[in-house]
Amino acid sequence: MEPYALTIHEARQLLDKKKISSAELTRSVFDRIERVEPKVGAYITLARESAMSAAAAADTRIQSGDIAPLTGIPIAVKDLICTTGIRTTCASRMLETFMSPYDATVIEKLKAQGAVITGKVNMDEFAMGSSTEHSALGSTKNPWNLACIPGGSSGGSAASVAADMCLGALGSDTGGSIRQPASHCGVVGIKPTYGRVSRYGLVAFASSLDQIGVLAKDVTDSALLLSAISGHDPNDSTSVPREVPDYAASCEKGLSGLTIGVCREYINAEGLDPEVADTVNRAIEHMKAQGAACVEVSLPHARYAVAAYYVIAPAEASSNLARYDGVKYGFRAPDADSLLEMYARTRSRGFGKEVQRRIIIGTYCLSSGYYDAYYRKASQVRSLIADDFKKAFETCDVIVSPVAPTPAFELGAKTEDPLTMYLSDIFTLSANLAGVPGMSVPGGFSSAGLPIGVQLIAGHFNEPALVRCAWNLEQAVNIANKKPAL
Amino acid sequence: MKITPDDIRHVAKLARLDIAETDINAFVAQIGEILDYVDTLNQVATENVEPMAHAISLTNAFRQDTVREGKPVEKILNNAPAAADNMFCVPKIIE
Repeated sequence: MEPYALTIHEARQLLDKKKISSAELTRSVFDRIERVEPKVGAYITLARESAMSAAAAADTRIQSGDIAPLTGIPIAVKDLICTTGIRTTCASRMLETFMSPYDATVIEKLKAQGAVITGKVNMDEFAMGSSTEHSALGSTKNPWNLACIPGGSSGGSAASVAADMCLGALGSDTGGSIRQPASHCGVVGIKPTYGRVSRYGLVAFASSLDQIGVLAKDVTDSALLLSAISGHDPNDSTSVPREVPDYAASCEKGLSGLTIGVCREYINAEGLDPEVADTVNRAIEHMKAQGAACVEVSLPHARYAVAAYYVIAPAEASSNLARYDGVKYGFRAPDADSLLEMYARTRSRGFGKEVQRRIIIGTYCLSSGYYDAYYRKASQVRSLIADDFKKAFETCDVIVSPVAPTPAFELGAKTEDPLTMYLSDIFTLSANLAGVPGMSVPGGFSSAGLPIGVQLIAGHFNEPALVRCAWNLEQAVNIANKKPAL
Repeated sequence: MKITPDDIRHVAKLARLDIAETDINAFVAQIGEILDYVDTLNQVATENVEPMAHAISLTNAFRQDTVREGKPVEKILNNAPAAADNMFCVPKIIE
């Protein structure tokens, strides 16, 4: 097997036994990128030079026996996580040349372990989108079918993992932006509990919902990555001071003693593709066969998640994105006579249409006279959605559901119809609103050969239960070795 | 509540966006459709429900106010569209 095709835990063994060096592994990944990147388009910026020096440093570390789980492992980073030395664009004209003066905490953690950062990967502009088509800096295709979207907004992260252009990737998830592309690209994705991972250095979209997470080739790798980036950070006051478990230790055989919840509202959801429903039902049967108990749970307010989210997220975004005014960093429209004109021209030329649409929705919902009707109302419904989860987790450990209502759709199919695009987030948004962790695990393929993921959701900080369920499901489904033909 | 072209113009001004007149109608249609959908929230009884602002219960996160190294000014100003004498430059605001 070519080194680029290895999982993190496989590469770890070979690196530790000195059967391969990080330099060889990293070179193999860049050779792979050279071959398939023209087709897939996952990267915005490649960092070959700094990656090769990081690999050399990792090899020295490994020689001296100073080995962490990610030492010498090539990792791709979504381009809204700040990195020194590699630009951070948020896939926006606004930040096309932005060089962060500091590393995000998750990047510091990766570097402390001696991981190798391959580059920055594509996304919807400022993470606003479900297809990566809203990137201003490139178009990413689904490695399983180049005519289809990779999902979004972490589409570059998912596609680069699926196409073996890195061994694992960091992403971010505000409404499904890790889980949905993971599902569409046939990889594993975890959105951790809100507060589990520091967001210092994550460019903010919707601060009460944003969370950094991981995308990986298999469940064990996702657990290793999650342990590496989790933990309290004094620089992020929303991160939670709580011990970080070794999540990979939850990859243990059997599910006896664990109860899965099947949500009636999700399984009977309108517009759910029958092949997706079948995949979820098969996953439930697999988990039962491995000893899991199964109960029915109800999330009666789940159907209002899209409506609540598309008030709350744009409202927070309209505030967070006020900082892009052409003064401190990024693009500035050159031809303005006054400060106000400079602000407005900078923002309407620097931001793409979807970002402007969301800023307008958010500003409208927060504007005088509408605040109660929209923002307050949505925040109240958010409480009810969170209560539904609380009640559900009194009777089960993990809720099993679809990730997206259909497999990946074709490029261009929904770009002109924002509401339809938003509705495809119906199964993932609730976890962000409630702050609970969610995971996408490959569950099978559609008849057209596109991957279909299964979503697992647990209570706050119960990532170990997610990993345990996911690992057993992965063993049963047995498709982790299947690769797209590129 | 139906959103009108004037609403879009007003909100765009608040948000410091310069929306082209030719784009206004498309925004009215798309945002109108999204807000109509958002109106389904009115089907939910929310009397006496506390609005939720934060996903986990964290109270004030205090820390010691210790002196730390700041970020390098030069690197920060390198990102500025215009800078001079350790300051950001903007178009003239006082005549």
